[in-house]
Amino acid sequence: MINLAWLIPVFPLLGFVINGLGRNLLPKFVIGALATLAVAVPFAISLGIFFEFTGPDAIIIPIFDWIKVGTLNIPFSFQIDQLSILMLLIITGIGSLIHLYSMGYMSHDAGFGKFFAYLNLFIFFMLLLVLGSNYIVMFIGWEGVGLCSYLLIGFWYTNGAYADAAKKAFIMNRIGDLGFLIGVFLIVATFGSATFAEIFPQAQNIVSGDANLTLITILLFIGATGKSAQLPLFTWLPDAMAGPTPVSALIHAATMVTAGIYMIARSNILFTLSPVTLSIIAVIGLATAIVAAIIALTQTDIKKVLAYSTVSQLGYMFLGLGVGAYTGAFFHVLTHAFFKALLFLGAGSVIHAMSNEQDMRNMGGLRKKLPITFITMFLGTLAIAGLPPFAGFFSKDEILAHVFEHNKLLWAIGILGAMCTAFYMFRMLFLTFWGSFRGTKEQEHHLHESPFSMTFPLIVLAVLSVVGGFIGVPEVLHGSNWLANYLNPIFEASNAKMEAGALSHSTEYALMAVSVGGVLIAIIYATVRYVSKAHVPALDSEPKSALANLSYNKFYFDEFYNAIIQKPLDILSNFFYKIIDKLGIDGLVNGLGTGSQEASKTFRLLQSGNVGFYIFAMVIGIISVLIYSLF
Amino acid sequence: MNVLILIFLPLLGALLALVAKNFAKQAALLSSLITLAIAGFLLCCFTPDASTQYLVNYPWITQMGINFKAGIDGISMLMVLLTAGLVPIIILSTFKHKYENAGAFYALVLFMQSGLLLVFTALDGFLFYIGWEAALIPIYFICSLWGGQNRIQVNMKFFIYTIAGSLFMLLGIIYLHLQTPNNSYDIADFYALQLDSQTQSWLFGCFFLAFAIKMPIFPFHTWQPDTYTEAPTAGTMLLSGIMLKMGIYGVIRWLIPVVPLGFQQWGHLAIILSVTGIVYASIIAFTQKDMKRLIAYSSIAHVGLIAAGIFVWNVQGLQGAMIQMLSHGINVVGLFFIADIIISRTQTRELALLGGIAKPAPKLAIAFLIITLGTVALPLTNGFIGEFLLLNGVYQYCIYYAAVAGLTIIFGSVYMLRMYKAIMQGNTNNLTVNFKDISGTEIVTLFIITFLIIVVGVYPQPILHISEAAINHLIATVNAKL
Repeated sequence: MINLAWLIPVFPLLGFVINGLGRNLLPKFVIGALATLAVAVPFAISLGIFFEFTGPDAIIIPIFDWIKVGTLNIPFSFQIDQLSILMLLIITGIGSLIHLYSMGYMSHDAGFGKFFAYLNLFIFFMLLLVLGSNYIVMFIGWEGVGLCSYLLIGFWYTNGAYADAAKKAFIMNRIGDLGFLIGVFLIVATFGSATFAEIFPQAQNIVSGDANLTLITILLFIGATGKSAQLPLFTWLPDAMAGPTPVSALIHAATMVTAGIYMIARSNILFTLSPVTLSIIAVIGLATAIVAAIIALTQTDIKKVLAYSTVSQLGYMFLGLGVGAYTGAFFHVLTHAFFKALLFLGAGSVIHAMSNEQDMRNMGGLRKKLPITFITMFLGTLAIAGLPPFAGFFSKDEILAHVFEHNKLLWAIGILGAMCTAFYMFRMLFLTFWGSFRGTKEQEHHLHESPFSMTFPLIVLAVLSVVGGFIGVPEVLHGSNWLANYLNPIFEASNAKMEAGALSHSTEYALMAVSVGGVLIAIIYATVRYVSKAHVPALDSEPKSALANLSYNKFYFDEFYNAIIQKPLDILSNFFYKIIDKLGIDGLVNGLGTGSQEASKTFRLLQSGNVGFYIFAMVIGIISVLIYSLF
Repeated sequence: MNVLILIFLPLLGALLALVAKNFAKQAALLSSLITLAIAGFLLCCFTPDASTQYLVNYPWITQMGINFKAGIDGISMLMVLLTAGLVPIIILSTFKHKYENAGAFYALVLFMQSGLLLVFTALDGFLFYIGWEAALIPIYFICSLWGGQNRIQVNMKFFIYTIAGSLFMLLGIIYLHLQTPNNSYDIADFYALQLDSQTQSWLFGCFFLAFAIKMPIFPFHTWQPDTYTEAPTAGTMLLSGIMLKMGIYGVIRWLIPVVPLGFQQWGHLAIILSVTGIVYASIIAFTQKDMKRLIAYSSIAHVGLIAAGIFVWNVQGLQGAMIQMLSHGINVVGLFFIADIIISRTQTRELALLGGIAKPAPKLAIAFLIITLGTVALPLTNGFIGEFLLLNGVYQYCIYYAAVAGLTIIFGSVYMLRMYKAIMQGNTNNLTVNFKDISGTEIVTLFIITFLIIVVGVYPQPILHISEAAINHLIATVNAKL
């Protein structure tokens, strides 16, 4: 199977081309089935590779020479190892489920064919991102998924606001990408190559804290903040909810936004040797986790809650990376992919049933009408809240345990964030599924459970959200931590360099108890507030407390960026154009021009105005001079 | 087979177009396609080493030491391909236009092609100068006879700018000629000169001015947005797609190797100007309201990066410049063609009056998107290869310049996506609701352009290979003299 790995991205690319060309010709069922198969077949191949690959060393699959200039040699080649195999499984596995789901969700949309073409293209680029054996091929995927994200956020482009959201996502990603790119230049200059297999062995000999390495890792991290929506570049992700909901599940929750974590996990040795960068990552990650969690507390749009929740969970992953818990962070990527895809798809099912209503203030009491959606989302909520034995518990616990070892204060803040998570998630669940229906009669009339193509992915993901955590059960809970062992070859060198201060079992039990206790308190509070007291968030027009206002208005990040970046640039633009270009440089030139115009009056007599004559004369002139001199 | 046929064939085509009257455009297309076929043939027989091939060297005006010496090495080969490849595309793009006095129009286009090919192959200083001016005169007429409302005034500015530049260059060429021991204009003799560094310093200034205006580099650029906006679109395509590359080519062939010591003194300033131009022009492009003017400023930004890549004088920068000249030519012609399609259908260039065109014109939307992506240098499009190598080249010179020049990655997406959104997305209005999608020759033209954008981006190695040896040789030649 491994020798078929090159086929993995070929299928979605073919799917993109066929559906792209045939989007108006093929019947909807064919389009959907083709697109789903184009992801499901690579999933089968990936599974085959998973079982065949024994490691520990990576396998390189060269495709062709892409760019060769001077000493710079960038082959287009793939790398198969433990990390890329797991990513392949997530992308193609969840990807095929979401494709299947979209066949139902998008069935009434005029752009059905286009949607699936874009979705396949996204999978293609995402696969390149994780398969690339060097930073440049990774960058192809990195920017390619950004493009697909742009296309899919702006899928309903006739709405100007959606088109703006798409543009914003692309540009903010590009800010990060510049960091990434310069980081890569620095890597090439330092190691003489952009290929992983040539960089990482060299890097192991560099002393920890090397200034060059610190700069490289900071630049790469800037790239990650764009793609994975961290402070200060996170504001595009909530806006990205303008795209169809399956897109939010696939791109803006399960796969693309975790690319930054993948990239850092891939380059773990570079980061391990840059403790300063790791500290920055930990702080930024935690700050993002908290800020986004606070914003999520008061949002009323069901997708916005999930969007901020995603930003917050990504923050936890970065926190994990920052304290050197690479396996833990990657574990959370995995479990988060399960439960967040589930939650988004569930939200999509709700929105679908509610005739495109997204405001939770107009929902309520849906659990009887949408039983499968309700149960699966309930399981997803338990998983994200971090209650044992659901998937999120194990991964979050692994991260927080490492944080505790590292810094008690960060851990305490992390626990607070986890409590917020539990609160806003249950708030969402209660507002949507409990109480009485608050929507219009029209909406109530149309309420229905979604078709099988949509509920089937929900069920599969719900199962994974429940049992997915068992791949990483820690020793203290008598597990074997399969994931850590499996990924060991990737993180081996880093783990050896980190001083391992193992916590005692009793401490670990205590930490778990605190986090589970905190989460339970948050859930109880949410239950009292939204179930017992049946509280419903107030309308936008009603006054709120200052803190609630700050949270509801997302800490005014957009307004702030607008005032300090966009406005000044616009003013500068006008200044450059009107003052420097027009008045300054042009003024000078025109002065010269007027002078020469006076002088040219004399020569006007030569002009007859017949262009044909001019050309004729010129051509004949040149040819005759030539002929004259040649003979 | 030699380079003479290549250079003079377009002239015959020009005569043919004049005579053909009602079939001028078909005649012109035919001529340009034959030229392309010849260029293709030359490419097939080309050995990508550092040598100059298809050499011709006839004594011409012997009293003055002027020879008709021309030939093609790897660098010229790419420029010839650019010229021979873009002219048919440009001619095809005009097929839906009805020009008054079409014979003259197409004859001028072909006349210009001949001049451009001469510039890119000449190995004699005087010949180079003749080509330089021979390319200018036709475009001057194209702009002043078929241009927009302000064409007279705008053209005056354009003409004064470029003539001023080229006169300084002529001065430089004559001075170099007088220094040669054997009374020659031969480029090899120019390269062999051992001038002192002070002389090289002012000679650098003479040549630099001509080339900087042609490209244009900040702050010699203010003729460009006006001219691009007022010229008929075919003229703008010729100017931006091919003609500005005369300046870039000039720097590579006639400036740095001729006066390396002058370059050593002024190169740093030239880099600063180039990098400044990238940011400056990008920022201006942010708020432009006129579609053509926006593209014009974006072109200044992109050319600034190419110039910076050359002045850092390393293999990544130069190879990046070579491939980016090709890519920029393709992309900018594509953009101006799309602008032309939109202007001719809606009669406006104002972004504020447009919007929602993707709905009635999905084919145009796809082509426009791909060209936009090429322009913002998305990986797997042609723009990425060039910008990646250029930025890497600049990075090797100085990381801070690379960081500033790299802003083009961000800024490019800001102004390009803003333009795309303003024209294609949002709701349709009275002006755009009945927009007719592209058809016929428009589809053919845009298909070729978008196809090239992707092919070059996916598999650039054959192109990079053509100029590699020549670039390495040139770098070695210059570095030996520093």
